[in-house]
Amino acid sequence: MTLDETKAGLDAVEEGPHPSERSTGSSDGKIDDPDGHPSVVALLLRFGDSVSGHRVSAGTQHVVWIDSARNLEILHWLRDDQDHQYDMISDITAVDYGAGRPIDVVYQLFSTVHKRALRIRCELPLDGLEIDSIVELWSAANWLEREIYDLFGVTFRKHPDLRRILMPHDYEEGHPLRKDFPLRGRFSRAEQTRRALDQSVEHSYIAEEMDLGRDPQQAAPIIGTKDGDG
Amino acid sequence: MSKRTVEFNVGRNPEMGVDGSVVDSPILPFDMPEPDLGTENMLINIGPQHPATHGVLRLVCELDGETVKRVIPHIGYLHSSFEKLGEYRTWNQIVTLTDRIDYLAPLIYNCAYVMAVEKLMEIEVTERCKVVRVICMEIDRIFSHLLWLGTTAIDVGAFTPFLYAFQERERIYKLHEAFTGARITTSATRVGGMMADLPEGWTDGLQDFIDTFLNTLDEIDRLLTRNQIHIGRSQGVGAISAEEAINSGFTGANLRACGVEYDVRKDQPYYDYETYDFEIPVGKHGDCYDRYLCRMEEMRQSVSLLRQALERLPGGPIDVEDPNISLPSKTDCMSDMESMIHHFKLITEGIPAPEGDCYMAIEGSKGELGMYIVAEEGGTKPVRWRIRPPSFVNLSVLPKLAEEHLVSDLIMINASLDIVLGEIDR
Repeated sequence: MTLDETKAGLDAVEEGPHPSERSTGSSDGKIDDPDGHPSVVALLLRFGDSVSGHRVSAGTQHVVWIDSARNLEILHWLRDDQDHQYDMISDITAVDYGAGRPIDVVYQLFSTVHKRALRIRCELPLDGLEIDSIVELWSAANWLEREIYDLFGVTFRKHPDLRRILMPHDYEEGHPLRKDFPLRGRFSRAEQTRRALDQSVEHSYIAEEMDLGRDPQQAAPIIGTKDGDG
Repeated sequence: MSKRTVEFNVGRNPEMGVDGSVVDSPILPFDMPEPDLGTENMLINIGPQHPATHGVLRLVCELDGETVKRVIPHIGYLHSSFEKLGEYRTWNQIVTLTDRIDYLAPLIYNCAYVMAVEKLMEIEVTERCKVVRVICMEIDRIFSHLLWLGTTAIDVGAFTPFLYAFQERERIYKLHEAFTGARITTSATRVGGMMADLPEGWTDGLQDFIDTFLNTLDEIDRLLTRNQIHIGRSQGVGAISAEEAINSGFTGANLRACGVEYDVRKDQPYYDYETYDFEIPVGKHGDCYDRYLCRMEEMRQSVSLLRQALERLPGGPIDVEDPNISLPSKTDCMSDMESMIHHFKLITEGIPAPEGDCYMAIEGSKGELGMYIVAEEGGTKPVRWRIRPPSFVNLSVLPKLAEEHLVSDLIMINASLDIVLGEIDR
């Protein structure tokens, strides 16, 4: 392999993964046969106008696309209705297909009563990455939604504590799991090092904690400063 | 569903007074009015480099004296973005990433990932492969629980169980090494099969392990289960109700300790788990002590599962016989034109997937381990690969559990959740 080829390979890494053009991945208004999953039948009956698609994926898994504006209402109903009782939220995540396509927020539900699983997806256009938080329904959603906010940049309305979770709270390079984010980050390695060395102790604390550590009698915070012992 | 409630003949905080009457455990605080010292709450920072956080976890605590008022966990120090890295790799290349996620139970993660890919591609693995994977997952459940047991015991001051547990772990390390060539980074699975079949004599080594392991476990059990200090440190500490536990996403032994019989192996069975004879231990109080009891019993059940799996281990091929999925043997590659073409295509291009998404949950050692995969038509790399991390969700409950407990209880609660930071940060 010549030097040029090696460089070309590295450039590809800098560009980010290829957007998925072959995958439709969206609802397309298509409704697969909902028989065999009572919750899908019930969702189509009750919220028919908000269901934008239904697929059976990987043989047996039912996926329903719903209107993102009504996610809270529909999930609430799925959790509390006697015939469904999806009391467990297994997972919340997001999918970015790239190429300007909408980002999907994916809810994976499970009912410990009826032993049934259901996947709900909401499409969010790139210019309106906002959706209602479901922390009031499941407190498990707290960190899972923070992770999506951190890595995809989706804002969850009425989330009690929406800040970055895996990346530093003052991370400035964007949202790493988006397709347009290069694998090595936006800043050069030199810039990343410079910023890391430039940080004072206060950078490791969020504003709320800084308030806790501040002695009301003194002007300076007691947790130490850049010049202090930290 | 067969179920069994863990009930040991241990009273809740029993202690005999001098006159023979039952009094409360000495750990309980004195019932004495506290003088008003007029002090402010204190901010204290635990970690990220602290042995009791079991990894690079940082807890910022607000304390009133020794009472924890609030905990703010900070994670992400081990963030390696495995999910992003996966988008650049073919299906089989990702296997090597999966055992770096949870280095305490690498084989479970290897298996969970390929199971999700196989489910998406609708590949049915061979009978032998199924049983071998069950063996892999159960042995790593013991592997992970032993580390939890040792480190938790050491957090509350018991040093001996740590040494006993790590001696047994060393034997599992040797089994890992004999099978996969590596002690931690096993990378043992491939889409449609395993990296290799079990080496000769490996099952004898495993049989030797399960024959003697329970003796060690009994010894640890004798050291801890009725130990007054251990009971005082764990009973009634970090308790949570069943309803709240489900709502906050608890899974695995943490959830079962609250009395919820949820085990993925029973509720969404895979690999014929419904045909094995095993029980799920279920606790009652949802505190640290019940979590301890559940995990101890789970190890015994895993040994029973291993014994049954060894008995039924069938012969035959371990990889699916589909040239588009499994690599041909090296001899065939060198002598047979068609095999060489398949080998070349598989290595350079990878396995094409159908369009769709797939969520596959299995019972990991820490809780429900889910793998969510989104693929495009004919794609040899995932569009999105997501790990549903059990420790991450379990840890998110820590602030709620630790509230109004002492700082020393916070350490015990954190240990009892059985977290692994490699998987939380991914």
